[in-house]
Amino acid sequence: MSAAATPGKAPYYFVPGPSRHPVMAAIGLFFVILGAGQWINGHGWGMYSLLGGLAFWAFVLQAWFRDAIGESEGGLYSDRIDVSFRWSMGWFIFSEVMFFAAFFGALYWARVFSVPSLGSLENSLLWPDFKAIWPSTAAGFTAAPGGTVEAFSTMGPWPIPTINTALLLTSGITLTIAHHALIAGNRGKTIAWMWITVLLGATFLGFQAYEYHHAYSELNLKLSSGIFGSTFYMLTGFHGFHVCVGALMLLFITIRLMKGHFTADRHFGFEGAAWYWHFVDVVWLGLYVVVYWM
Amino acid sequence: MSAVLPPHGVHGGHAGDHAHDDHHDHHAPTGWRRWVFATNHKDIGTLYLLFSFTMLMIGGILALCIRAELFKPGLQFFNPELFNQFTTMHGLIMVFGAIMPAFVGFANWMIPLQIGASDMAFARMNNFSFWLMIPAAIMLVSSFFMPGGAPAAGWTLYAPLTLQMGPSMDAGIFAMHILGASSIMGSINIIVTILNMRAPGMTLMKMPMFCWTWLITAYLLIAVMPVLAGAITMTLTDRHFGTAFFNPAGGGDPIMYQHIFWFFGHPEVYIMILPAFGIISQIVPAFARKRLFGYASMVYATASIAILSFIVWAHHMFATGMPVTGQLFFMYATMLIAVPTGVKIFNWLATMWRGSMTFEVPMLWAVGFIFVFTMGGFTGLICAMAPIDIQIQDTYYVVAHFHYVLVAGSLYALFAGVYYWGPKWTGVMYSELRGKIHFWGSLIFFNITFFPMHFLGLAGMPRRYADYPMQFTDFNQIASIGAFGFGFMQVYFFLFVVVPMMRGKGQPAPQKPWEAAEGLEWEVPSPAPFHTFEEPPKLDASATRIVA
Amino acid sequence: VNDLKGGPGVNQINLPEPVTTIARDQMWLHNFMLIVCLVIFVAVFGVMFYSIFKHRKSKGAVSANFHESVAVEIAWTVVPFLIVIGMALPATKVVVAMKDTTNADLTIKATGYQWKWGYDYIKGEGEGIGFLATLDTEQREASNSGNPQPVDNYLLKVDNPLVVPVDKKVRIITTANDVIHAWMVPAFGVKQDAIPGFVRDTWFKAEKVGDYYGQCAELCGKEHAYMPIHVKVVSAEDYAKWVDGKKKEMAAKADDPSKVWEQAALVARGEKVYAANCAVCHKPDGKGAGPIKALDASALVLSDNHLEQIQVLLNGRMDKGMPAWKQLSDTDIAAVITYTKNSWSNKTGQTVQPAEIVAARK
Ligand code: HEA
Ligand code: HEA
Ligand code: CUA
Ligand SMILES: [Cu+2]
Repeated sequence: MSAAATPGKAPYYFVPGPSRHPVMAAIGLFFVILGAGQWINGHGWGMYSLLGGLAFWAFVLQAWFRDAIGESEGGLYSDRIDVSFRWSMGWFIFSEVMFFAAFFGALYWARVFSVPSLGSLENSLLWPDFKAIWPSTAAGFTAAPGGTVEAFSTMGPWPIPTINTALLLTSGITLTIAHHALIAGNRGKTIAWMWITVLLGATFLGFQAYEYHHAYSELNLKLSSGIFGSTFYMLTGFHGFHVCVGALMLLFITIRLMKGHFTADRHFGFEGAAWYWHFVDVVWLGLYVVVYWM
Repeated sequence: MSAVLPPHGVHGGHAGDHAHDDHHDHHAPTGWRRWVFATNHKDIGTLYLLFSFTMLMIGGILALCIRAELFKPGLQFFNPELFNQFTTMHGLIMVFGAIMPAFVGFANWMIPLQIGASDMAFARMNNFSFWLMIPAAIMLVSSFFMPGGAPAAGWTLYAPLTLQMGPSMDAGIFAMHILGASSIMGSINIIVTILNMRAPGMTLMKMPMFCWTWLITAYLLIAVMPVLAGAITMTLTDRHFGTAFFNPAGGGDPIMYQHIFWFFGHPEVYIMILPAFGIISQIVPAFARKRLFGYASMVYATASIAILSFIVWAHHMFATGMPVTGQLFFMYATMLIAVPTGVKIFNWLATMWRGSMTFEVPMLWAVGFIFVFTMGGFTGLICAMAPIDIQIQDTYYVVAHFHYVLVAGSLYALFAGVYYWGPKWTGVMYSELRGKIHFWGSLIFFNITFFPMHFLGLAGMPRRYADYPMQFTDFNQIASIGAFGFGFMQVYFFLFVVVPMMRGKGQPAPQKPWEAAEGLEWEVPSPAPFHTFEEPPKLDASATRIVA
Repeated sequence: VNDLKGGPGVNQINLPEPVTTIARDQMWLHNFMLIVCLVIFVAVFGVMFYSIFKHRKSKGAVSANFHESVAVEIAWTVVPFLIVIGMALPATKVVVAMKDTTNADLTIKATGYQWKWGYDYIKGEGEGIGFLATLDTEQREASNSGNPQPVDNYLLKVDNPLVVPVDKKVRIITTANDVIHAWMVPAFGVKQDAIPGFVRDTWFKAEKVGDYYGQCAELCGKEHAYMPIHVKVVSAEDYAKWVDGKKKEMAAKADDPSKVWEQAALVARGEKVYAANCAVCHKPDGKGAGPIKALDASALVLSDNHLEQIQVLLNGRMDKGMPAWKQLSDTDIAAVITYTKNSWSNKTGQTVQPAEIVAARK
């Protein structure tokens, strides 16, 4: 619609015209959930539906974002739209925080309520041999009163998680340096520090992959290692997934920087990705303390 | 369909055409593209409303199946397994498919109009939120045809019963993920629109109550939908990937599911009522011809309800065996909610007091809402008393309670809103007589259906039962008859009110059909043109009128 | 149909007649709440309807233009707050009493199974007694028929009611075997979820001899409506007699799982086990129905490999809706398997001995 207002001046609030992207993206997701639901139940074709849907969805998203970036670079986004993006990113991150809260809550509940009460005197009626020691790891009287969980060792904070903490904290700093450089108008420096940030993120993921491998092959710590394994993998796993997403965002921002996008005073795309990255960072600190140390 | 909104640019002569400009007719969306690729908040609002009405019918038909089976003792139509599927899907479809999307539809239509914005903040994402509901709805409804049938663990999806369900459970879980994503995006859109796109002069404390209630609702949504996603994700991994969140043999706890679920679930019920409060707060002043009493306290009361809703969740779990302190805390916190809710009721009364009232159909529904919802509120309070709840938890008393607040609450407010704003949407007036028939028929049949359920519950009839002891027969029969009557009234509504309005049959609606209605939506013609407020309007000091 | 004493009454409109102090307190609280709410309701809607009738335009009412009053608003915040406190105080007392399960005379564990209740007397007179309580099979069949004959205790009749002495504090420990159930008896004012893997408790002290009924109150799968609770409250003497009889009966019935049985004896016993437990779903003719597997001519039943079928019975096949039956005795499981292997068109001639079950349980 009113895309073309006075040339050179952004419309009061740009509203995009009809777009095929949303419905296409929804169709993609339909195949994703259809496939996921079937694959999980042993129907091989589900995998193709899932992957095909994901690919289609990603394809639509990139077209969608390309449109949006084009509009942005085309000067259609007024300051008010910039504010909209800020609010939306902020509250989106809040919703992510609540998602993690569910899993942190599960860990809290398991440690403070369910495991102690499984090992309580009352419950000895049902599980006479179970001793509630967190994170009890020996087969028999483990955090798994049913005796169905094999013995395993826990993952301590040394050395990988601590290295990973350092990596993420450093990446927060390098990202800030990049941001200052961008504000100062020093594009080369921005891009360099962005690459460093992305690399730090990728290294983090590499270490985490190694850590998982180590846990599975040497510690016998698995997704199925009772409530400890469940909370450990789900928390760190979802976090890792978010690191992945965050790193991809930063990567795309870096590429856009290299294409000459963003200016010293208008670069919300950059800032949004940075906020997300800091959020991922903060979640990690929470994990580092409650999952690895406590 | 096309009469719901006039084809782009072809709007009837609207006097005082200050509100909008549309010189951009040349790329007017037409045909199916207009709907499928929509970025217009009004079109998307219409889509939401139609979707939700469809789901209301599906959910309603399931309810009628339930009531048919319960008409007399013994299993006449369905086996107990199928019955449980009906109950579960009825709950899920009504909550996530009918009521929530209907309010989002209202939000889409009215919020930009009420705050003088040109559209929602993120028009494409808005459409995405809508279209995400379709795959989810298909997955949910088609789960009836999957091996093992639809999920049958109740809409609360308690573990470990969910761990026993067939593949449809996974389809259900993924569908809920998608619905959650849709709600979160929709809420962010609403929050940003309200915070950032108000016309100059429309301060937060001058904003129409509907916008306020939706702003607060949207916050509830982004806070709790992700928590639900977390809970059902744990169910999913417990089912397929060997985790032990809800499995005591692995150190987990089935009750943990309930805590996480109800941390979502209780705010969820207020998500379904706060926008309803907003609609009522718009209608009562319009027909009392008097400003809303206690605007500020209305806002604070809404916020208090929302905040309190986060600390009362375990009142759904009194029978799980909490420690005394837990029971007492959740009992007290829950009872406190009566205070801000009371403030709202009293404010509405004070608005009516010494007004100059007329009772057109929207007002009838609003008064009906206040009256019947309060009954539901009182039974809620009775449920909140832990010792009494021990008797009535998981009985038909609870079923009666929540239909009083959900049907006579949320659904009535939606009907009120449809009659109130329908003329603005479609450009035609509904028939006053038909509206009255719909109202009185629904009111009477509603009470016939759900009032006897209080007795059933007190006498100890558990809910989610496919068959029951003989002593419960009479009240069940009354309820079933009422349910069919109530369903019939909704068919009447659809055929004789909704369809004519959609086809543009009826008296043309004036720009402002209600003498004393306030708000910017009445400053634009009826039907509201495709584009409104592309440049922000200049408002008078009360922010309810446009100054030329 | 008539009122069922200790169970639901015809068109009963309030809580049942209480037989414990807790139930009496609950009843009192409920009536109290009804009155208070009714008073508020009448007051509030009195005002509303007065206004609706007087302040209408057709009566020439002209609207006033007040729209705020801090004093009034404070009043109607504070007064409801005080009312709510007034409601919470008596409730608090009852909550505290309700939760006090100490000093019980008799402790019984109630275990929820899909779909029956198991009772074990763990402490006090009768210690060691244990049995299962299942809905009467005829009533279950009547329900399926769609046209049950009117009987007062429809869906409430169980084979083995829980027996407890009058005027004794009975502590019920609940737990479950598979999913969450809830043990409730309205006349006692008791409802307690039975949670797998955890124990919870509640208590009652029945003041009157008689029969009391309740039903499972937490959705637990397809037969949720068919796992009633029947508590027989008897005098101290009768209770002692019952305990005595039950103990003797149990001793007589106790099977030696290493005993080797004749096929015919096992089949005869298996027929009873089948009728009591399996026939609801798999049908008396073994043909199953809908998603429920037929046992007649089933490959698994006909197979020479006994272990597979034993495993299905011990662990269930929850994905197919088959619950686990490990709570049955070794002999019962052996008997029922032998029965299925030699009934209807199944003529394998095979016998499954209790010892095989013992081995499979390990
Ligand atoms: C729109 C939805 C909605 C709303 C608004 C409410 C409102 C309330 N609900 Fe309800 N509730 C549900 C939907 C809703 N509920 C649903 C769906 C369930 C069942 C879920 C399931 O298990 O499937 C449920 C279940 C439920 C339970 C659990 C019952 C059980 O399972 O055993 C409880 C217990 O405390 C409860 C309490 C309340 C209370 C105290 C309010 C209060 O907000 C009510 C406040 C209102 C008033 C009190 C009336 C007006 C006030 C005045 C006129 C002021 C003066 C009054 C006094 C001073 C008393 N609700
Ligand atoms: C949110 C809203 C909502 C709404 C609107 C309703 C509406 C109704 N509900 Fe609702 N109900 C729930 C939410 C809702 N319910 C929830 C959350 C549960 C708990 C589920 C659980 O236990 O897990 C529940 C459970 C529940 C039960 C208990 C089931 C059980 O425990 O086994 C019963 C029983 O009577 C019932 C009945 C009804 C009836 C008769 C209506 C009626 O008001 C419905 C009226 C509407 C219609 C009948 C549709 C009319 C349209 C047509 C008939 C189509 C015509 C078509 C054309 C013209 C094209 N519901
Ligand atoms: Cu057991 Cu319901
Ligand atoms: Cu609640």
